[in-house]
Amino acid sequence: MACAFELEGSFNPAHSRIKIFRFEEQGRFVPYTCTQCAEAWCLHACPVDAIKMNAETGAKVVDEATCVGCKVCTIACPFGTVNYNQSSGKVIKCDLCGGDPACAKACPTEAITYVDANWTGLDKMREWAAKTDTGHSVTEAPSEPAGH
Amino acid sequence: MTWHRKILRVNLTKGTCEPEPLNMEWAQLYLGSRGLGSKYLYEEIDPKVDPLSPDNKLILATGPLTGTSASTSGRWVVVTKGALTGAIACSNSGGFFGAEFKYAGYDMLILEGRAKKPVYLFISDDNVQILPADTLWGSSVWETEEWIKKTHQDPMIRVASIGVAGETGVKFAAIINDLHRAAGRSGVGAVMGSKNLKAIACRGTKGVTTENPQEFMKIAQETKQTIKDGAFTMGLSLHGTQGVTSVINGMGIYPTNNHQKVQFEGADKIGSEAMEVARTTDGKTNLVRNAACFGCTMACGRISLIDPNHFSIKDKPRYHGASGGLEYESSWAMGGDCGVDDLEALTFANFVCNEQGMDTISFGASVAAAMELYERGYITDKDTGGLKLNFGSAEALVEAVELTGKSEGFGKDIGLGSKLLCEKYGHPEVAMHVKGQEFAAYDPRGAQGMSLAYATANRGACHLRGYTISVEIFGVGQKLDPIETEGKAELTKTTQDATSVMDSTGLCMFPGFAWTLDEYQQLTQADSEGDWTMEKFMVVGERIWNLERMFNNKAGLTKADDTLPKRFLKTPAETGLGKGQVAKLDKMLPEYYELRGWTQDGKPSNDTIKRLNI
Repeated sequence: MACAFELEGSFNPAHSRIKIFRFEEQGRFVPYTCTQCAEAWCLHACPVDAIKMNAETGAKVVDEATCVGCKVCTIACPFGTVNYNQSSGKVIKCDLCGGDPACAKACPTEAITYVDANWTGLDKMREWAAKTDTGHSVTEAPSEPAGH
Repeated sequence: MTWHRKILRVNLTKGTCEPEPLNMEWAQLYLGSRGLGSKYLYEEIDPKVDPLSPDNKLILATGPLTGTSASTSGRWVVVTKGALTGAIACSNSGGFFGAEFKYAGYDMLILEGRAKKPVYLFISDDNVQILPADTLWGSSVWETEEWIKKTHQDPMIRVASIGVAGETGVKFAAIINDLHRAAGRSGVGAVMGSKNLKAIACRGTKGVTTENPQEFMKIAQETKQTIKDGAFTMGLSLHGTQGVTSVINGMGIYPTNNHQKVQFEGADKIGSEAMEVARTTDGKTNLVRNAACFGCTMACGRISLIDPNHFSIKDKPRYHGASGGLEYESSWAMGGDCGVDDLEALTFANFVCNEQGMDTISFGASVAAAMELYERGYITDKDTGGLKLNFGSAEALVEAVELTGKSEGFGKDIGLGSKLLCEKYGHPEVAMHVKGQEFAAYDPRGAQGMSLAYATANRGACHLRGYTISVEIFGVGQKLDPIETEGKAELTKTTQDATSVMDSTGLCMFPGFAWTLDEYQQLTQADSEGDWTMEKFMVVGERIWNLERMFNNKAGLTKADDTLPKRFLKTPAETGLGKGQVAKLDKMLPEYYELRGWTQDGKPSNDTIKRLNI
């Protein structure tokens, strides 16, 4: 709902860029949205170059003014995360809200977090580093990775 | 804006589906959902009608906050004259159906008349059709939902439907949406079945906007945080409502064996702890995970998996997958009240109640009544068709739920509900009910406020019309001595009024364990047009309560119906909080009538009606 509110101004899951799938018999609920591929097939497939990369966030963003609603990108995306919006006649996809995603802010359980894809391993590294004996006493072990 | 200002009126006799404007004057007086639905019912039907006749109407209503980003915004209600009670019924459900219906652009659906042949209603925004359901008649809720999604080739459709129980007029039949969420109580499913309406399928893409979006988002975020920080609300998230089983049993207000005792030896085997511990048989836990309704940040719902080797499902693969698990009331009614301590059997009975559309509370309590009739020799194997209805028998419960769900054999008698069942066999004193509806899982002798709340609840015995347990047992906001009667008339009135307005917002009542009424009011104020002050909020609640009461009075209910079974009034509890106590209703009822501004006959006085602008 936060997604549709941010982008469309109303609470409307039909226009949300995130879809949640329920696999009832297994008791699994899985949210799905754009993965912002490095080599984005939607971007390459667009015949009018309406999908551009935002250099700051890495998001592949649809320029509504340029989009002609041909839907080629919806076929090109292997994950189905680009969708056609009947009321606007254009396609819609996640744009990471310019680097401050509304979904992450709205999520009460921190199931959605916004992290730098280049540094997703940092926390795990720190966890392991903390367990590693470097010869120093435990109390003196650095709590922050080197360089900080 | 908040309200779409639009109703969908469907006449099943004529086969017409027409949108019409919502009465906005009434919206300012009754808010939405429970309140507004009740106002429409009050104005549109004769309260004396037979609940199962075409003259009764079935109203599905959302509130102004339904479908917004406020936490727990998935609530919707079914308002009608109840098949179980003959009183006004308002059954509240969660899941995803309510928000989907609102997104289709309507605040309320009014269903009238009776279709000549079985039909289902299909709503896709402005496209509304009454479609044949001949092939669906006789199907379960689960089959119906699957069939509709397949037939319309849209897995995003939300469905509210009835099972065989609703078709065959089981008095406590429920309407089930999203496979395992129920508009459960008072027999609203039987009313739907009497209209030859199998299901309502809905797809909505219009969304909902609010009056003050920025302010609303701010309050929505803050109030979500309050829920996250609340000990009770987080308890609901972790353990579900089942978390209170051991607490309530420990205090000795846990009705057992058809309310003959107040403590159950097997309670620890059927509560949240039991659900969360790995089984010795297959090493898995009964509980798979928690699950949220639409927009909820608490997720008290349970998803459970039955042990595949348990006798109840051994050769029945359709119950081998995960589905809606036990909640406190269900676990109690089918468990403690029937003396059954087999968690897997209870989970199975819960699955079947969802599958065939039955209220777990009234089903369980009706089996409990049948068990007492059987053990006292008032009914025999000849009556039950060989069903050995002994307290504690998981086998009997499992067989009873399948028979009742399909209205077969002795299941037909159980499906009458405890009142008619016990009357049929000449022992009405065995039926534990108020106004035809079975009790919930709190013995009123150990929480005197509940005596009054049960006796005066407009839809018959119910814990959700005035949950004084909150104050008497848990001490939320304030703590009153549970066995004292002083102050309980006022507590009951205040709780009833507050709940009436909470139920009318479109939100769940569970945030109320972390919030006060203030949060509901603030969200409504930011969401809705009009000036929703706290004063207005409380008056709306009181107005709704009185309107429901006036409906019941016109339906023929009187002061004589504001009572409890003799078992509570005459026989002291043997253990627990209420040890040596009876329900002291007579000490509280006159004061309650006075506080309500009712005559001593239990009718709202002319001054009260005028003051509340009804």
